[in-house]
Amino acid sequence: MAGKFPNPHEIETIPGTEGWERMYPYYYRWTTKDKEREAYENSMFWFYDGLHYPEPMYPFDIIWDEAWFLALSQNNTRVFIVPPALGVDHRIINGYIYISPVPVPDPNEIPKRAEIFMKRAGYYYQHWDELYEKWKTKMVDTIRKLEAIEFPELPEMEDESIVTNAVGKSSGYELLRKYDELIDLGILTWQYHFEFLNLGYAAYVVFLDFCQKAFPDISLQRVTQMVSGIDVIMYRPDDELKKLAKLAVELGVDGDVLASTDVNALLESLKKTDNGKKWVDAFEEARDPWFYISSGTGWYHHDHCWNDNLNVPIDSIKIYIEKVKKGENLERPLKRLQEERDKITEEYRSLLETDEERQQFDMLLGTSRTVFPYVENHLFYVEHWFHSIFWNRMRQVGAILKDHGFIADVEDMWYLNRHEIKQALWDIVTAWATGTKPYGPLHWPEEVAWRKDVLQKFREWTPPPAVGTAPEKIEEPFTIVLWGITNDTMESWAKAKEAENITDLTELQGFAGSPGRVEGIARVCRSVDEINEIQDGDILVCPTTSPSWAPAFSKIQAAVTDVGGIMCHAAIVCREYGMPAVVGTGHATAAIKSGDRIVVDGNTGKVEIIR
Amino acid sequence: MFRKPPYILWFEESGRKNFELVGGKAASLGEMTQAGIRVPPGFTVTTRAFTDFLDASGIRKTIFPMLEKIDLKTPGSLSSISKDVLEIVWAQEIPDKIVEAIVAAYRKLVEMTGVKDLPVAVRSSATAEDLPDASFAGQQDTYLWITGEESVVQHTKNCWASLFCDRAVAYRLKHGFSHDREKIAVVVQKMVHAKCAGVMFTLNPINGDRSKIAINASWGLGESVVSGTVTPDEFLIDKVAFDILKRTISTKETEYRVNTAANRVDEGPVPDDRKNAPSITDDELLELSRIGKRIEKYYGTPSDIEWAVDADLPYPDSVVVLQARPETYWSQKKNQPEKKKTEKPADAVSMIAGMWGAPPKS
Repeated sequence: MAGKFPNPHEIETIPGTEGWERMYPYYYRWTTKDKEREAYENSMFWFYDGLHYPEPMYPFDIIWDEAWFLALSQNNTRVFIVPPALGVDHRIINGYIYISPVPVPDPNEIPKRAEIFMKRAGYYYQHWDELYEKWKTKMVDTIRKLEAIEFPELPEMEDESIVTNAVGKSSGYELLRKYDELIDLGILTWQYHFEFLNLGYAAYVVFLDFCQKAFPDISLQRVTQMVSGIDVIMYRPDDELKKLAKLAVELGVDGDVLASTDVNALLESLKKTDNGKKWVDAFEEARDPWFYISSGTGWYHHDHCWNDNLNVPIDSIKIYIEKVKKGENLERPLKRLQEERDKITEEYRSLLETDEERQQFDMLLGTSRTVFPYVENHLFYVEHWFHSIFWNRMRQVGAILKDHGFIADVEDMWYLNRHEIKQALWDIVTAWATGTKPYGPLHWPEEVAWRKDVLQKFREWTPPPAVGTAPEKIEEPFTIVLWGITNDTMESWAKAKEAENITDLTELQGFAGSPGRVEGIARVCRSVDEINEIQDGDILVCPTTSPSWAPAFSKIQAAVTDVGGIMCHAAIVCREYGMPAVVGTGHATAAIKSGDRIVVDGNTGKVEIIR
Repeated sequence: MFRKPPYILWFEESGRKNFELVGGKAASLGEMTQAGIRVPPGFTVTTRAFTDFLDASGIRKTIFPMLEKIDLKTPGSLSSISKDVLEIVWAQEIPDKIVEAIVAAYRKLVEMTGVKDLPVAVRSSATAEDLPDASFAGQQDTYLWITGEESVVQHTKNCWASLFCDRAVAYRLKHGFSHDREKIAVVVQKMVHAKCAGVMFTLNPINGDRSKIAINASWGLGESVVSGTVTPDEFLIDKVAFDILKRTISTKETEYRVNTAANRVDEGPVPDDRKNAPSITDDELLELSRIGKRIEKYYGTPSDIEWAVDADLPYPDSVVVLQARPETYWSQKKNQPEKKKTEKPADAVSMIAGMWGAPPKS
């Protein structure tokens, strides 16, 4: 396997994109200037982080990559002292993020590190529930601070109170400070994101390792099933929609909801009747925080949440109303899921040989179940709730840039990175302070136009799945569990590389997300806006799913995603519905076309394309 | 009033509780059926049919005194008397009521499968439970590929008669059992028309992992798998969750098919369109795994099972077990799966650290 992947220093720049590196932080660059750094880069295995970034980075959106670059790495290396692992290094190639886990260079260090790790991580495991409660409070505080951020106008003349209160600082300074605060809150949220995360995954990975030794070849999804929570908050947004659908039928306003074409008009007209008002109140109540659920992963500025487009939840409510009226039960079968989970857990446990093994099993399962609510719920707090509000606060900054002629459209702001936006704001406030014109209008429109073209060229380019030196065998547990990168996936990457045209591929290898095997017609949906096109019995093929895709799952018979591991939303939901899922195939949406006949094997993670 | 037992009992109705009526073989088939272990369908002609046959015709009064006269010390006494007895039994007509009952049961099997003149196996099922030596039961005959009502009735009588053949008679004399104590039932069971067949282990034979079921399958009768003339399709199934974990579809060059006309098994090439196709469907695999799990529970030990999917029966009735025995290799090994023996760690945190290469806490 080693040596099969390209040398990162020899990847060619796409013609017309020369100089693209300036869009991103300089420390994401590869270099041959320094022999030692070049040799380090060549010796490492860098894989494309398609799990988080199915598309090239907008200069601004790289903020979350920087945030987790710092947060994950610091916790491994400097806080918890994870015995064999330092941080995860990051680079960029033609707009695509590549990452590489860095091992502890001297294996003799590992036992010493383990001593410290046991003490520090042990503290967290022992006080997990209490610390998790504190974590939730910290997160909600952070979100409330974010909501409180308001950007000052730059007045023609400052108010007299600035003088009489001896404030000593101007609106220009405040604008810079508020922007810093906004960015800081984002970075802080990501510090919290990783406060528990690797410890949570570590507990899971050890349990997984134990199960794989005791029951060789056991599917990852069964281990996850034993560990996963049944009632996790990622289901809550969808549950709220179901509740609203039932309430609409109970209150007799279901007809109004079904007939509506304009959400605002619907809400206004409903407010005129008592029952209508009750429903609108319930609807408004559900919006904070549950409608901050993103229709994407929340990692990109273009992932909109339900609050951004109320048609999305209303359309889903309509689907649920139809089901309520047909007498279908919308409840998630919590009791059955709980019973199934308990049954398989008990059965695997009974297959263990010795009491000692059973003790270990109980202990590791117990720890995994303790950590899992955090592992499952942090996504809602950070990627959905916080991010959804954050993107809109950033758009207020974009409006300022637009007002000053730096960009033609607010959405152009994402072509500036966070450091450049700060500079642009400096440009604005110094010009305001000085009584002159900023330089930005002469610089940014042209630069943004060029960057749009560059990103388009990046999108048309296919990033290699990995560069550098592949290890003989992938053993690093996080790489396997989180990114789903195994020896098998490396092989399948090699195959995909050999195929001249991606649409000629007849087989894709992903992760077995949910068991079962079906053949059917593919429906490719690139975003949640397209789920209305799904016909009963289709196989959903999509980049990834989130809870806002939930209504789709009641129509399909299987799901295939480009990104995601066995703990991704699509895999979890498919397991609940008892339908097959293959996740993390890399390029299903590129290789499969709507109408193709495909076979989804959720036991082996293979997708056959028959066409 | 005491109700007379029936002439016919189906497997579903048979078991240890009516051992005296159906005999050992049928009782065990019945117990398995009731434990959810599906065998090829069939029925038993009960011992009451046998005794009524002897009584109604009055031959009982003739043959048992004849058998009493056998003197093992006199050369030729055994063979000549038992030959005479057999002549009498063979010559005796079976009462209409019994014939009608057998024919009606056979017709029901025909109806179930839609196969005219359905081939069946006709075997005797002995009630001599206290006899440890199975060879006694072995004296009783097994007739395969019997087709048609008349033939089934005829072979039922052959089974009855087997009780009076010289070896059976000699055995009883040698062990001091009385001749009229032994009763015999007759099992009539559908011959399997195998779409595919093979072997199943209720553990992974590669490493002894008891959380798995391993299944080998190939087209036609199981001989091809057992004898190793084909590389079968291989499947590994999770015994707890019934996930199909591995599937290896091989090129299956030959298959064994029954030649009913010639009453033999022929080996022939698998047609091209089936060579590389899976010989068993996922539904069949899972049904088979469920049955395997029940067999293991039934016997209380991992088992080695011969199975088939019968082309004449609808799924899931088509998935049947032909033979099951305890798995011996891994089940007798003390430390079953070959896995690393871990030191007993103190707590979950040290195990987490241990995964990452930390030495175990002392």
